[in-house]
Amino acid sequence: MLSPEGVFAPSDSAAEFLPYLDRLTEADHRRFYRDMVVVRRFDTEAANLQRQGQLALWVPSHGQEAAQVGSAYATRPQDHVFPSYREHVVGMIRGLDPVDILRMLRGVTLGGWTPEDHGNFHLYTLVLASQTLHATGYAMGMQLDGATATGNPETDQAVIVYYGDGASSQGDANEALVFAASYQTPQVFFLQNNHWAISVPVTRQSRTPLYLRAAGFGMPGTQIDGNDVLASFAVTAKHLDDARAGHGPALIEALTYRVGAHTTADDPTKYRDPEQLAYWVARDPIVRFRSYLQGLGVEPEFLDAVDEEADDYAADVRRRALDIHSPEKAVIFDNVYAEPHPLIQEQKAWLDHYEASFEGGDA
Amino acid sequence: MSDTIVTSTTGLATPTTAMPTPGHPAAAKRAIPGTGTANLPMTKALNAGLRQAMRDNPRVLMMGEDIGPLGGVFRVTEGLIAEFGDKRVLDTPLAESGIIGTAIGLALRGYRPVCEIQFDGFVFPGFDQITSQLARMRNRHEGEVSMPVVIRIPYGGHIGSIEHHQESPETYFAHTPGLRVVSPSNPHDAYWMLQEAIASDDPVIFFEPKSRYWPKGEVNLAESGTPLHASRVVRSGTDATVVGHGAMVSVLLQAADLAAAEGTSVEVIDLRSISPIDYGPILASVEKTGHLVVAQEAHGFVSVGSEIAATVMEKAFYLLEAPVLRVSGFDTPFPPAAVETHFLPSPDRVLEAVDRALSY
Repeated sequence: MLSPEGVFAPSDSAAEFLPYLDRLTEADHRRFYRDMVVVRRFDTEAANLQRQGQLALWVPSHGQEAAQVGSAYATRPQDHVFPSYREHVVGMIRGLDPVDILRMLRGVTLGGWTPEDHGNFHLYTLVLASQTLHATGYAMGMQLDGATATGNPETDQAVIVYYGDGASSQGDANEALVFAASYQTPQVFFLQNNHWAISVPVTRQSRTPLYLRAAGFGMPGTQIDGNDVLASFAVTAKHLDDARAGHGPALIEALTYRVGAHTTADDPTKYRDPEQLAYWVARDPIVRFRSYLQGLGVEPEFLDAVDEEADDYAADVRRRALDIHSPEKAVIFDNVYAEPHPLIQEQKAWLDHYEASFEGGDA
Repeated sequence: MSDTIVTSTTGLATPTTAMPTPGHPAAAKRAIPGTGTANLPMTKALNAGLRQAMRDNPRVLMMGEDIGPLGGVFRVTEGLIAEFGDKRVLDTPLAESGIIGTAIGLALRGYRPVCEIQFDGFVFPGFDQITSQLARMRNRHEGEVSMPVVIRIPYGGHIGSIEHHQESPETYFAHTPGLRVVSPSNPHDAYWMLQEAIASDDPVIFFEPKSRYWPKGEVNLAESGTPLHASRVVRSGTDATVVGHGAMVSVLLQAADLAAAEGTSVEVIDLRSISPIDYGPILASVEKTGHLVVAQEAHGFVSVGSEIAATVMEKAFYLLEAPVLRVSGFDTPFPPAAVETHFLPSPDRVLEAVDRALSY
């Protein structure tokens, strides 16, 4: 819909999705821009925190902001979102405090938040594609509850699950597509093709564009320019609303690029062509949308204010991240089981006793 | 000689260290139709248990391959789709990871899925979802979600079948924190333990001994008598203690009969729960007999039997008059059925170990 230069120039294939843009106000456009800028600044700050030893690891989202912001705004409050582990701004849009994400990456929790209290944004899943099946099962539950396909889009529920080009090769991703098609779940598979699974290019994962696989499973597949936030919004809104209306699942492949490293433990200079990086940097989603907004006459003061807000946001995150405290050692044993378990209780008591046996021990 | 076969299924035969669970005894005391007793094979007892659990709680679902109109390859789910419909009895695509993974999603939604794995050797495509996801979901969510998922796995040998159809993979699951692992040895326990597993808020791997599917036994429909995670003395004796689970219990009882004819009094303990293990009756028995043999169809290396041997040695070293001995399947793949009787622990192999223990 937006050219790389930020000009609104929808292709013919975009026509069926254009009506969904009518849902957006100018305030929504500003919010899209603001969120993309803020999460990129947050992303930089989190990477810095990792370099300074404050996080065990960071998973950058730089370059994928438009795919994530547009699709997240296409969800409705009653929807459930199953992320992979790079969808920081999706969580923020659903009401998650990003410091909760940092808690997991700082090593003080294996989760970090309660989905039902944070916009139904489920926990990150670190094993590739496992969450696609959880999402499908959850969507099956919506059907059994009669919570979808009643004809009321304001209350009918749907699921969106995020995964990537690397995860698309996993068996679970394919089994999830089989189950979703079989039970016609109210579900959108949002595949961010960022072109790299750590060091392995997408060409190793698939000989065919990934959205074409949808047809083999018996569901619609749509490929979008993932760096176009308007396309991401409109196409996701259509497929989510189709899903909640009882028309079954769909797959969206968002073509985007992982501008940064896979994680802070990665070194993409060892395996990537700088020219490919330059190509995608020139298609930066934020620069593009800023050009679009400027074309609409958005005042420079707004753009400056967003930059300032992003700096403040990052500073606040840094301050609060440094204030994250380690949990008590009881966290080792608590919540392994719902019901009493003699072995765990015995080991917990033993550790207390053992550590208390040292002078000044912490009982 | 004081051999007494403990036939009562009500009341605890021995002290137990098993903890009460929410599924029990409240669940056991729930009013159910048809109090009294019934003489059923384990398949029918399991079927009755599933039916009762589905009647009791509309959130209970069945999932699996061929479990609908066919009733499962062992007919354990026979008739359930007729009573509860295809919304609650889901004939799934043939994908074990898909079954477990979607069951996790359904559990997150508040359902209580019961998944049938068709045969023991077919669980491994779902192993990642069981160990990396199902077992850890509650922990990862800091206790904010429960995973009341039951995975039923027909297991074990003695049925003369082909590869991947006679395995005993319970150790893999017992080694995984967050899972509970149980195995009934008789129709009565099958009926009750399955309902208790479904009532549990933890994931339970429910191993059903295939070779015990068809012999009939008395099921007390009024009450269970034994908590889900309690082990139980099923035959008292004074000279040696033998412990096993699932199909091995009937082998141990046969061994005890043979021993009695030779003047040796063997106490038989049905483990029932593999994780956690209830050591109360085992230690009480060892205090009496001083000799312990653990028997299992599974490979002996790094096994449930190894765990029991090590723990009894740690907790009751001075009660033992001989090393704890294990009788196991060999550390080979389950062999071709033509030679499975050489692989599987028999009453004679159990007695050989009992004699060795007593000869110390």
